Amino acid sequence: MKMTTIAAAALAVALPAGLAVAADDYPNKPISLMIAYSPGGATDFQARIVTMVAANKDLLAQPIVIINRPGAGGRTGWNHFASKASTDGYQLAAYNVPHFIAQSIKFKVKYNIDNLEPIANWGADPAVLVVNKDSKFNSVKDLAAWAKDNPGKVTVSGAGLFVGHHIAFLQIQNALGVKLSYVPHKGGAPALKSVLGGQVMAGVNNLSDAFRSRANLKILGIADLQRDKQFLPDVPTFKEQGYDVDDSSVNFRGIMVRKGTPQAVIDKLAKIAPAMFANGRVAKQMRIGGSPIRIMDRAAVKKMWAERQTFLTGLLKGLK
Amino acid sequence: MEFLDHFGAVFTWSSMLILCAGTVGGLLLGATPGLSPTMAVALLIPFTFHMDPAQGLMLLGAAYTSTVAGGAVSAILLNIPGAPANIATALDGNMMARMGAGARALQICFISSAIGGVIGILVLIFLTPVLAAWALKFGPSHLFWVAILGVTIIATLDSKSVVKGLLAGCIGLWIAMIGADTIQGVERFIFTEELEGGINIIAALIGLFAIPQVIEMLEGGRSDPRRSVFEVRRANVWRSALETVSKLKALAIGGIVGTVIGLIPGAGGQIAGLVAYDQSRRFSKVREKYGTGESEGVVAAESANNAMVGPSLVPLLTLSVPGSPTAAVLLGGLLIHGIFPGPDLFQQHAAVAYAFINSMLIGQILMLVFGLAIAGVSAMVIRVKPPILASAILVLAVFGSYSVQHSMADVAIMLALGVGMYFLAQYGFSPAPLVLGIILGPIAEYNYVQGRILGEAQDGIAAYFLTGWLNLLLIGLVALSLGFSLYTEIRARTDTGEAAA
Repeated sequence: MKMTTIAAAALAVALPAGLAVAADDYPNKPISLMIAYSPGGATDFQARIVTMVAANKDLLAQPIVIINRPGAGGRTGWNHFASKASTDGYQLAAYNVPHFIAQSIKFKVKYNIDNLEPIANWGADPAVLVVNKDSKFNSVKDLAAWAKDNPGKVTVSGAGLFVGHHIAFLQIQNALGVKLSYVPHKGGAPALKSVLGGQVMAGVNNLSDAFRSRANLKILGIADLQRDKQFLPDVPTFKEQGYDVDDSSVNFRGIMVRKGTPQAVIDKLAKIAPAMFANGRVAKQMRIGGSPIRIMDRAAVKKMWAERQTFLTGLLKGLK
Repeated sequence: MEFLDHFGAVFTWSSMLILCAGTVGGLLLGATPGLSPTMAVALLIPFTFHMDPAQGLMLLGAAYTSTVAGGAVSAILLNIPGAPANIATALDGNMMARMGAGARALQICFISSAIGGVIGILVLIFLTPVLAAWALKFGPSHLFWVAILGVTIIATLDSKSVVKGLLAGCIGLWIAMIGADTIQGVERFIFTEELEGGINIIAALIGLFAIPQVIEMLEGGRSDPRRSVFEVRRANVWRSALETVSKLKALAIGGIVGTVIGLIPGAGGQIAGLVAYDQSRRFSKVREKYGTGESEGVVAAESANNAMVGPSLVPLLTLSVPGSPTAAVLLGGLLIHGIFPGPDLFQQHAAVAYAFINSMLIGQILMLVFGLAIAGVSAMVIRVKPPILASAILVLAVFGSYSVQHSMADVAIMLALGVGMYFLAQYGFSPAPLVLGIILGPIAEYNYVQGRILGEAQDGIAAYFLTGWLNLLLIGLVALSLGFSLYTEIRARTDTGEAAA
């Protein structure tokens, strides 16, 4: 299968004129969506839900097939996508912001916001600060006060380096003005386990995962601009508690293609994808799965990518 | 005893049909090299979208239990473990198959799988509340010591030579280092971008076990030099059952080791079979027969890796924390039906939760029935002419390593490691300790790095790793395991010394 895609890509480069007509009958075969994380993870799980109605007649009329290419925190999959994927609109990928933007700033990778084209955004999962339900901290203020007396002693778990949780941690640390110790984990689930098991004093995690474990946790604050009315209406944002943490760490998930994809194909996808995400069955599955939806069109995602790029470049500059 | 009230849901025509389909499908998927239980469950989740939650989960539960056992089929008949969990099964099981006792090996394997599996599920049903809290206690320092305990097995796993076993383990550790490490993001030993994601364990497993065999078969031409008999002996199910039950010690060790390791989040069931195999050998009267086709080894390995299935779901079902990759995929399967695992799962969704658990219990029985049914037939594989078998294995190996993440790079890695292993095998190295190194390296490293960060933030690294009863207990086990290996090694040497004199 890969040989044909390489051949198709080569053909696409050789015959750019031939592609202009392709948008009319696009798509006329199944489309693949590459996920840079393992099956069963939140991104994979949500991607499977939001694409399950793709084959509907009024949408793409072709199924979307999920292909997982995990490794190196997403770098393996995105590197492959940005350098090898076809530009005919039949190979899509899911993006995770801020992950891929932060990685493109910190590591030598083949992708950045300039060689990828957003299509649409389906979800946004803000980071929350959590502690074990037996913890002595009842608010961000408690934690900040204790950390001031014991610099570096507050251990905070999160999923890996330069992912949304890490960005949120850095912002929280800056806003509190104290030193905390970040303990990276292999993904959000083990990071949450460390909070539940008392191995760390606090954790930064996804709102959706924390919501599911709320019986054993205290959720101290949301790193977003507004509260989450659907799942956690009682948990205040950091801003409400007087700490300057904005929505820069919110984990946005959506669909993108490689640069070089014909504009007509991009336009068609960008028109259909938001409608696909808004489908009633999709919305219902996302809700019962505890996954917050946030649909954004291509223009809005483009703007969000550019904002994150500027912000993250500044935030990560000081880090080695 | 609440679970008994919910058996009714399992014994309906449609549920039984789904269970049978899940079991047979699981056995076939599991027997295909490269399709690990995690992959099989992930593949099946989309099929559950349109089922009602209870039946969807029955399908997943049945498939999970039977893929674990199915992996033993290729381990025994082809010496290619279907998943890392079946490595220990291959050690003795394949020797049995080569001696013409493949059918007996498969029967014993399925019987001990079912016994181990039932033990594990019963632990899940009755002890979940007690064990959930215990499973959470395992932190980085404990997992580090568990991994070190696994390393001590490496030395004795290769019965021919301790030094070669250790050396193979070191090569495995080195292979595990390749790639970008997840904690620091540092790239190690990456020469081409294909290696950035590291060496995939499934691709490595297939390459290391399958390719050397393919080459050997082709070398031998039409006759397989390693096969000692050419007829496949029929095996009586009852005799096999009696033989399995008579290995009570191996069954007990397998059941206990599988249960305990299954509970530990992060250790994964991958090493349950190997640890049980090693422990069972130490306590065995026929210790020296292990590795030469001793059915006791199959019993210990298979009862352990199926006993681990139930307990590995304890942290998932009570705390929504998946303890293994397969459990993580199952979490997705639960969420998609709007079922949030957690402390109130058994109150809120009792019908669905118990249907899921009961289906795994019934799944064990069905797995046994279907497994025994195919045992006699599939053992005929050994009669296939080596050139045909070699090409079939090669096709499966390429297919299996490609399917893990749709990557030709994995196929290349699989072939390269396999060819390398062929040359190592010429010098008496075996693949099992090497694979164990690949599995344990990252667990030990990841937990050491985490433990160091935690220790530095609190009372120091030494205090973090060396205090606390659980740490001390594990260190004690490491010392015991090492001491035992040294003791047998020294005794074996003095024995030969006397014989020579």
